[in-house]
Amino acid sequence: MELLKIENYKKSFGATEVLKGIGFSLDRGETLAIIGSSGSGKTTLLRCLNFLETPDEGRMYLDGKLLFDASGPRAGDAEIREKRLRFGLVFQNFNLFPQYTVFENLCLAPKLLAAERPDYRQKKEAYLAEIEEKATGLLDKVGLTAKRDAYPCSLSGGQQQRVAIARALANSPDILCFDEPTSALDPELTAEVLNVLRSLASENMTMIVVTHEMKFAAEVASRVIFMDEGVIAFDGPSAEAFGENCPNERLKSFIGSIEK
Amino acid sequence: MSFWSITLFLWEGFRISLLIFAVTLLVGIPLGLPISFCSMSRVRPIRCAAKVFVWIIRGVPLMLQIFIIYYVPGLVFNYQLFGRVDKYFLLNYGIQDAGRIVAVLIAFAINYACYFSEIYRGGIESISKGQYEAGQVLGMTKKQIFFKVVLLQVIKRIVPPMSNEIITLIKDTALANCIMVAELIKQANTLAATKALIWPLFYTGVFYLLFVGILTVLLGRLEKKLSYFSS
Repeated sequence: MELLKIENYKKSFGATEVLKGIGFSLDRGETLAIIGSSGSGKTTLLRCLNFLETPDEGRMYLDGKLLFDASGPRAGDAEIREKRLRFGLVFQNFNLFPQYTVFENLCLAPKLLAAERPDYRQKKEAYLAEIEEKATGLLDKVGLTAKRDAYPCSLSGGQQQRVAIARALANSPDILCFDEPTSALDPELTAEVLNVLRSLASENMTMIVVTHEMKFAAEVASRVIFMDEGVIAFDGPSAEAFGENCPNERLKSFIGSIEK
Repeated sequence: MSFWSITLFLWEGFRISLLIFAVTLLVGIPLGLPISFCSMSRVRPIRCAAKVFVWIIRGVPLMLQIFIIYYVPGLVFNYQLFGRVDKYFLLNYGIQDAGRIVAVLIAFAINYACYFSEIYRGGIESISKGQYEAGQVLGMTKKQIFFKVVLLQVIKRIVPPMSNEIITLIKDTALANCIMVAELIKQANTLAATKALIWPLFYTGVFYLLFVGILTVLLGRLEKKLSYFSS
């Protein structure tokens, strides 16, 4: 079942055209790895999906409904906020809120969102209980129940990234995006983050992962998009991308150069 | 004059110094915020105007600013603003020198607000873009991001430079002397002139030292209180 469809996304920064017409679709429950050399537009694409950048051209459909159209009227702040909630984003350098405990990091945004509901005053207790219950469950899922009341500065990079994943999940996004989630981590910490991604994939969470971890892309992702100079040079099953008979020469040499 | 009566006489002056100190902080700390927002504005004329204003205020001696604020209304506009304030307070409350003190307060508040605004700007700009973006992708509004995410981190970063300015401020109050406001140093000078006593002038140092000591402890506590997280 098609969940996301991107049509002809284009984005320039000044004279530099970073995205030159990107189009792809994503099924519910799929794990998509986006790979490519730096400067190929992977991160910009992810930021466009999360409305941190606005594409110059293109349309986005989510669940068959038009969510973004560059040729349409400019969306206001409130509208963009609402659309953003359909996506989660996990950053390369975590970006946890340092003054809050792990648990508070998870609960902050959901609590602020709940407070905007019209019936918040009557059901405040119920809302808060629900949010905290969910946060507790998410902490358990990423294996950090023991760090509930710790501050981010006391955690390792891998632990911080697991908190960041749990925080992104706390808003129940339709699609969870990862921007090179292990690039800021030591190799021995990478594994613990990838394990979380693996378990999310097995639970059929829809994910888009920009990554340099070829092993992860090969093992966990069901599909691979290879970006090259602002266009999609390859889009297909990961078995095909990493297999012997990879049809795309540039992808082949890219994978070869990274695995060395 | 006994040591005690001289202490009391100097204390009268130090009360004025403390008044200047307190009002400057009460007005200057909030006033620095709009100035810092203007100096970070995306609208170029606003940004430029704020930067020029801060440049002038920080580029000219505070003593000169006190002179300008005190004398310009009368000399240029032929309006004895501070003379009228003086008269009003003297007639209604029996308070002397109110006009001069108000002039000093205005000069100090503007001057310190500009210094504070630069500290705020440095603090706000030092927060990584990632903090804003993390808030954005979690569906927070700009206001929520500023107040719930950024503000405490900014406060933590500006406490040390603000402490510095605050400690400088109590000693700067001696500048009010230049338009004859009876602050601590002026009181000691009066004793030197009328009683030929020079030691009270040196004795004023004890007042400043004690007060700065208290400030140092309090500000140190605040800094420690915010050390539970690091960003």
